[in-house]
Amino acid sequence: MAEKNMAGEKSGDKAGGSTAVMDAPAAASGQLLSVMPKRYVPWPEDSDKPRIWIGMGTCGTAAGAEALKTEILAWLKEHSLEAEVYPTGCVGMCHNEPLVDVQVKGRPRVSYKKVSSKNLAQILKEHLVDGAASKRAAFGQLVNPDEKQEPYEGIPNFHDEPFFKQQVKIVMQRCGVIDYWSIDDYLATGGYEGLKRAVTMPPDEIIDEVKKSGLRGRGGAGFPTGMKWRFARDAEGTPKYMVCNADEGDPGAFMDRAVLEGDPHSLLEGMIIGAFAVGAKYGYIYCRAEYPLAIKILTRALEQARERGFLGENILGTGFSYDIVIKEGAGAYVCGEEMALLNSIMGERGMPVIKPPFPATRGVWGKPTNINNVETFANIAEIVKNGGDWYAKWGSATTKGTKTFALTGKVKRPGLVEVPAGTTIRALVEEIGGGMTLKKVGFKAAQFGGPSGGCLPEQFMETGIDYESLNTGGAIMGSGGVVVMDEYNCMVDTARFFMEFTVDESCGKCTPCRDGTALMLQILERITHGEGQLEDIPKLEQISGFTKANSLCGLGQVAPNPVLTTLRYFKDEVVEHIVDKKCRAHSCDELIEYVVMEDKCTTCGLCKPPCPTDALEWEKKQVAFINHETCIRCKACVMACPFMAIK
Amino acid sequence: MSAKTESQNKVLDFTRAIEIAESEFGSKGPVIRVLQAIQAEYGFIPPEFLPEMADILEVPLARIFGALTFYSQFYTSPRGKYVVKVCVGTACHVQGSKDILERMKTELQVGAGETTEDMMFTLEPVACIGSCGLAPLCLINTETAASVTPAKMAEKVHAIREREATTVAEE
Repeated sequence: MAEKNMAGEKSGDKAGGSTAVMDAPAAASGQLLSVMPKRYVPWPEDSDKPRIWIGMGTCGTAAGAEALKTEILAWLKEHSLEAEVYPTGCVGMCHNEPLVDVQVKGRPRVSYKKVSSKNLAQILKEHLVDGAASKRAAFGQLVNPDEKQEPYEGIPNFHDEPFFKQQVKIVMQRCGVIDYWSIDDYLATGGYEGLKRAVTMPPDEIIDEVKKSGLRGRGGAGFPTGMKWRFARDAEGTPKYMVCNADEGDPGAFMDRAVLEGDPHSLLEGMIIGAFAVGAKYGYIYCRAEYPLAIKILTRALEQARERGFLGENILGTGFSYDIVIKEGAGAYVCGEEMALLNSIMGERGMPVIKPPFPATRGVWGKPTNINNVETFANIAEIVKNGGDWYAKWGSATTKGTKTFALTGKVKRPGLVEVPAGTTIRALVEEIGGGMTLKKVGFKAAQFGGPSGGCLPEQFMETGIDYESLNTGGAIMGSGGVVVMDEYNCMVDTARFFMEFTVDESCGKCTPCRDGTALMLQILERITHGEGQLEDIPKLEQISGFTKANSLCGLGQVAPNPVLTTLRYFKDEVVEHIVDKKCRAHSCDELIEYVVMEDKCTTCGLCKPPCPTDALEWEKKQVAFINHETCIRCKACVMACPFMAIK
Repeated sequence: MSAKTESQNKVLDFTRAIEIAESEFGSKGPVIRVLQAIQAEYGFIPPEFLPEMADILEVPLARIFGALTFYSQFYTSPRGKYVVKVCVGTACHVQGSKDILERMKTELQVGAGETTEDMMFTLEPVACIGSCGLAPLCLINTETAASVTPAKMAEKVHAIREREATTVAEE
């Protein structure tokens, strides 16, 4: 199924993908397009100055973008050149950070990867002075079909690169493209057109379009968004609230951060349309405090939206009013659960409560409240603009549209990827992710859905990813984190790791979650320490079942998933830990016996001095030897060996 | 360390804290907001101020204490000049963040969440900073160190120690 969609996307690419194609008439005339055009920032009419974009999302900055900016400005000054320098969000290529894009008038924008102070001057000189693009450092060029641009020779097309080729960007369409401080860039790339259309529609019709699109909650549970909006619209009581859950707490997931930082107005537009549809007057964005840059960018975006009349009183002159306040979280994973989140907004401990009543009838301050996740909202404007059927063209039978995945772990090209639902795990890991980092160390599992997800082994490679297929496998979609693991990752330790996280983050209100997770952690720790017993396996299964069935909120109900998938697919490994006291991944410290590989040891002796217990025995011109009686498995020798001869 | 903490707290002037609390009196759900503002002002939340805060806001002390201890981003004691955050999220975990945390513990001679006696470093494991493509990563205050190894982080800590030692010597 995914392949069929992919083919549609490819032919769409060839068709040109100009912004004009997707504007309103297409949906209105009933002609459905399975084309999502690429976004380009149009060249400003009144300027000839070259433009430079620096990837300055959190990850770009982590990779050193701030220093690069200083250097770029200094270089420009030194060469008496003028250029516009913009910050932009994450385009998704974490593996190529820091990224710098350069464009001169009449030529395509060229994206440079892994820019450093070593090659920066060369790139700028070739591009801005010599009038050619630096082939060696270029990742690709973005040729805007709407403008007359003379492409550079020998530089690949950005969107044809393997990392991007299969991607369909709806949520991430502007991330890494536009200046994240600029509402004008947003407007120039089709922004707020969805809202303009929405305010001419009867609210019920908007909800019907969202229903038709098949959009389901991207926060993880996958509840149909249109239905949720219907409940909120039909609920009695005023004022109503439209709230965004931006408490992206799953370790290993960062797509919401990318949208918040890279395209904040797409979230606002989605929220405003939603508020109009359900009749909400106020809104909150609950954003985790770990995302300071996102909060800064959002704050500015809210001001801009108010200035331009998209937010606040009498929006677009329609008499409809809606305003949004940002609420900063204070660090609690459980606040991603909707009732906990609402309690936290109200200044209390973020604890879930028994449902019903659901937030749609009794939410924040006791009023009807609708909560959606960032990625869900970011889809709304395009759905309203192009129609629900347009969106439903993508995806699998049960999961429509696209899903953004944070692909990390042992793949060559980690990053954020947005693909139609139903894309196979193999396509994600091998074609987009470029395969495993280490050639000789094979794929072991893909972990979906964060701490409450599960690890799917090799046999699932051809499975199309959607809510149902992941559930069948024992994992969940969650927020879309995919951590790829290889043979060096121990599955028992992975289960233990997630359980440790859940124990930390369980709010403690209900016994099954609070005690069930703690008991499971105890058992898992015992096993990784080599003290496990075979009875532990049925015990784990029993506690898992109990915790799943009886926990109050989503956190506890899915917390046993990592344990259950480990037992289901990697039982051999668990048994090996218990019976043979062996960890095949060499990850569980207490089950490792380090040995020197004779064929690799050069007898250099570098491993001897770091050994704190003199367990490492070495004489000149002799292969080193490790005494297991005194070895404390501190790994000092492993780290010291330049030939990787100790394993 | 506790003696030092107490003596530091004693000299604290609560004028600003009182102003913050008073400005939020009567507002909807003020507890978290006031705690955040006090922490932004003082760097931590002095527990001895809480009874006064409860009086001003007319909120039971238990509710304030409940919220304070519930969230991981509230601190009740002063923190080091440099906060070393080691990300232990999933992506960092599979790339070996455990070794980094262990190395930092021995390097700084503190446990997770603790501050060194000279008030120079606080070691804090955090769950996911959201830059998983660059795992494993650490934060020293606001500066991010991407794709680090235990040795690289140890170097960074040494460099800070040396820099601090020289500035003290110069003074």
